[in-house]
Amino acid sequence: MKPDRCRALRAGAREALGVPAAVLGAGFLGYGSLAADAGYSVWLTLAATFAIWALPGQLVLMEMQAGGAAVAATILAVSLSAARFLPMTLTLMPLMRNGSRGRRLWQFLLAAQLVSMTTWAVAMRRFADMDVESRWHYFLGFSAVCIGSAAIFAVIGQLLLGALPPLARFGLALLTPLYFFVTLVGEAQSRTSIAALVCGAAAALALHAIAPGWEPARRRIHRRHGRLAAAESPCPAPLTSGC
Amino acid sequence: MSGATDLWLLMFACGAATYLWRGLGVLLSGRLNPQSALFEWISCVAYALVAGLIARIIVAPSGLLAQTALIDRLLACAIALMAYRLARANMFVGLVCGVMSFIAAGYVRGAIQ
Repeated sequence: MKPDRCRALRAGAREALGVPAAVLGAGFLGYGSLAADAGYSVWLTLAATFAIWALPGQLVLMEMQAGGAAVAATILAVSLSAARFLPMTLTLMPLMRNGSRGRRLWQFLLAAQLVSMTTWAVAMRRFADMDVESRWHYFLGFSAVCIGSAAIFAVIGQLLLGALPPLARFGLALLTPLYFFVTLVGEAQSRTSIAALVCGAAAALALHAIAPGWEPARRRIHRRHGRLAAAESPCPAPLTSGC
Repeated sequence: MSGATDLWLLMFACGAATYLWRGLGVLLSGRLNPQSALFEWISCVAYALVAGLIARIIVAPSGLLAQTALIDRLLACAIALMAYRLARANMFVGLVCGVMSFIAAGYVRGAIQ
C-alpha cells in the first residue's frame, strides 16, 4: 500500500476514534441491552449489527419479531426504514469514483455496506478537501472504526443489561439525535443545504402533526410494549436513532 | 416465527432488504456527475430525509425519550449548538454541554416533583 493511501486510511480511523465512535457506541450500548432483553445470543446481536448496519432497522426487526409480526411485514418495515441509503450511496459513491481508474464495481458494492448516517454525514463534509484516492481510503478507515466500536459496545450493552442509572440512560438516549443535530445544523455549508435541512425537518413535523400513525412499526411497538418498552429502552425511537 | 434458525434467517433477510437500497444507489450512481444539478438535488433529498428523522425524534420521540420534557430536549439542542460554536467547532464540548444540561434539567424536574 502506498504511503499516502496508508495515511488517508489512518486519518479516517483516527477521526472516527473520537466523537463518532463514542456516539455510535452509546447507541449500540442501548441496542445490546435491548437484545439481551429480547433473548438474542451475543452472536446474533453481532451478526445483525454487521449484516444490517442500520440501528433503526435493527430495532424495527427486534421489536416486530418479539411481537410475532408476519415475516413479510417485518422485512418490508425494515426495508422501508432503510430507504435513506439510496440517496446516501447515490451521492457518496461518485465522489470516490470520478477520476480513479481500476476500482471495480464489486469494491463499490462492498463499500456500500459500510455506509451509515454517521459515515455518510462525516464523509460528505470531509471529502471536499481530499483527492479521490484519499477519499476512498479515508472512508474505509473511518467506517472500520465505526463498525468496530458499534460491535464492541453492543456486546458490552448485552452483558451490562440495565445496570445504568435512569438519568444516564436519558443522556445516552439523547446523545445520538443531539450529535446529528449539531453535525447537520452546525456544519451546514451552503444556503441550499440549509434549505434542505429546514424543508426536511418541517415536512417531517408537519406529517407527524397531520398523521402521527404514518410509521406503522413505531405505533405497533408502542401499543405492544407500552410502559415496559419505554422504561427498559435506553434507545431512542426505532426509526430515528443511530446510523 | 419459532426457533433460533428462523430468527437468523429473518435477520439475514432484513440485512438483504436493507442492502437493496445501498446496492441500488451504487448501480444508479455510475453515471451521476458530482458537478451536476441532479447530484446536488439528490444530496439535498438525503439531507432532508436525515433532518426529518432527527427533527421527529427530538420533537416527538418514542421509547425512553418520550418520558422527558420537550422544552428540555430543545434546550439541550440549543445549548449543544451554542457550546459547539463557542468552542470553535469542537463536537466533544458541544455534546458534553448538551447532554449535561439535559441530565441536569431532568434531575431538577425529578427533585421538584
